[in-house]
Amino acid sequence: MDKFTHLSGIAAPMPLVNIDTDMIIPKQFLKTIKRSGLGVNLFDEMRYNQDGTEIADFVLNRPAYRAATILVAGDNFGCGSSREHAPWALADFGIRCVISTSFADIFFNNCFKNGILPIVLPEAERDLCMKDAEKGANARIEVDLEAQTITLSDGQVIRFEIDPFRKHCLLNGLDDIGLTMEKAGAIAAFESQLSQARPWV
Amino acid sequence: MSPNPSKPRTLYDKIWDAHLVDEQPDGTCLLYIDRHLVHEVTSPQAFEGLRMTGRKVRAPEKTIAVPDHNVPTTEGRDKRIDNEESRIQVEALDKNAKDFGINYYPVSDIRQGIVHIVGPEQGWTLPGMTVVCGDSHTATHGAFGALAHGIGTSEVEHVLATQTLIQKKSKNMKVEITGSLRPGVTAKDITLSVIGATGTAGGTGYVIEYCGQAIRELSMEGRMTVCNMAIEGGARAGLIAPDEKTFAYVQGRPHAPKGAQWEAALNWWKTLFTDEGAHFDKVVTIRGEDIAPVVTWGTSPEDVLPITDVVPDPSQFTGGKVEAAKRSIEYMGLQPGQRLQDITIDTVFIGSCTNGRIEDLRAAAAILKGKKIKDGLRAMVVPGSGLVRAQAEEEGLAQIFIDAGFEWRLAGCSMCLAMNPDQLAPGERCVSTSNRNFEGRQGRGGRTHLASPAMAAAAALTGHLTDVRELMAQEPELA
Repeated sequence: MDKFTHLSGIAAPMPLVNIDTDMIIPKQFLKTIKRSGLGVNLFDEMRYNQDGTEIADFVLNRPAYRAATILVAGDNFGCGSSREHAPWALADFGIRCVISTSFADIFFNNCFKNGILPIVLPEAERDLCMKDAEKGANARIEVDLEAQTITLSDGQVIRFEIDPFRKHCLLNGLDDIGLTMEKAGAIAAFESQLSQARPWV
Repeated sequence: MSPNPSKPRTLYDKIWDAHLVDEQPDGTCLLYIDRHLVHEVTSPQAFEGLRMTGRKVRAPEKTIAVPDHNVPTTEGRDKRIDNEESRIQVEALDKNAKDFGINYYPVSDIRQGIVHIVGPEQGWTLPGMTVVCGDSHTATHGAFGALAHGIGTSEVEHVLATQTLIQKKSKNMKVEITGSLRPGVTAKDITLSVIGATGTAGGTGYVIEYCGQAIRELSMEGRMTVCNMAIEGGARAGLIAPDEKTFAYVQGRPHAPKGAQWEAALNWWKTLFTDEGAHFDKVVTIRGEDIAPVVTWGTSPEDVLPITDVVPDPSQFTGGKVEAAKRSIEYMGLQPGQRLQDITIDTVFIGSCTNGRIEDLRAAAAILKGKKIKDGLRAMVVPGSGLVRAQAEEEGLAQIFIDAGFEWRLAGCSMCLAMNPDQLAPGERCVSTSNRNFEGRQGRGGRTHLASPAMAAAAALTGHLTDVRELMAQEPELA
């Protein structure tokens, strides 16, 4: 997995609440058996007309935000389907950080598996980020995972919370499966106890 | 770490404790997974990951795969799937199931169906288990008192390789439905009404336990409908404590324990309830009598109203919901103040992991019996599994649907997410027994109103959103 340590980039504002994973990557793009190449279809139905031409006023089509690496989003971002294609599409487009007041559970987990940092902030602080994002390409936001800070374009610093284990994994680009494999002994012991206690499992 | 035996525990606490392999000081846990369900859309990359790292499936006997999301629901699909990408995904699952030696129900098998219908039907899902699947509606299995939730593809790979998941414990939330439901009100109306009351983020960070008389009075099918949509309420999982109905449903199923093991299992299952005095971090109580047949008007499952109501005015909401409601109403082609019952429809879809079980088909058929759907309407029934389909044919339900003008399809997810050819055209309006009314969910530009099977059947007869109780009043024997 890609490491996440420090990010300085353009933030795109998406104030709509309840942006669901069907919006992030519609189902017709789930037929792939690969993880890559989904960025072009990120937010497909909001981003393109049916003939494939761009919808000019969609945020990621506007010149200021075409190279955005951060999204500042409305409440409950990523609700709906468990599709990991949603963070795959975000990462493939180049989005490495999403800032909101809340995320749906499965999407939130999926982000960490793909080197994307989802940041939960209280509403007032998310709104400060949103205002900064609305300033356009010259307003770069900095995210420092080690220090757990967001620095807005005017120098204002916002601190955020993150689970220490997840922070450690992101900072070091650790592979969850490898970490768990190190506990194979504990898993085997559990299985042996399980075969006695609940043999029907 | 052994739990403090004197401390009252919730049902969730008990299942969690029984599956804890490891706990770190920061609360990061390794949880053992008893059943891993797999389908064709969210698994190819996970199997590919195993191949690339030379890892095996740790417990193939606890892993069950079935293609459901993008299989066509028309005859001949076992010979050929026309859409190339869909075919490749289904063929990949065929190959992965064979290569890794996991349990498999291919398209040609009568037991094939939606993964969340097949699991319980075959007795894979049992009380007290942990059940995961790369699909958010895994919450369905919570109806058995199993801790069941959706995971992403990276986690699918993690479970395949280790039979565990890295987890942090969620908080406990209780949703109590007191009293009894009124006639015409179903499990779907309960679960939609709860989401209407708590919002799509109301359950975020929680595992919900549904309880109360109205929940106890539901069949297992109804309980699955309730738990299925826990995810639309934002919860990690939904749970219902197992009882005699649960045990009766499970007993005798192909993969349920038998003989002495059955007795041992039953003894443990009977301890799976929330102790008196256990702590819930959040409690929601709704009177069963207050729940009406409901429909959704917008593009979020929280946009729920009784069928007797009108399309809301966005200005009655607050915060970001004002803009979201404006956008929804425009997308749905509605007007604030418009009576819900005046909304005319083009399509009716009965099926999905929410409402594709035998009881759902019975409820719809009871409304349709001897009648015809509105002229020009497209209506389809997609049973949740081949076995549900066969049973419906045996009970004469299939003929009722066909005589009424419904298409009678083969099992799959179908128009719930429209990955297969069953899709809405732009602007087409559908009453659907599925679980999501998101923009484009059933086809780009398609408009979805979620409802119960009985309400969907009623709308099919009249051609507009309809209060099923009015049709029932004409036939008192249905009440």
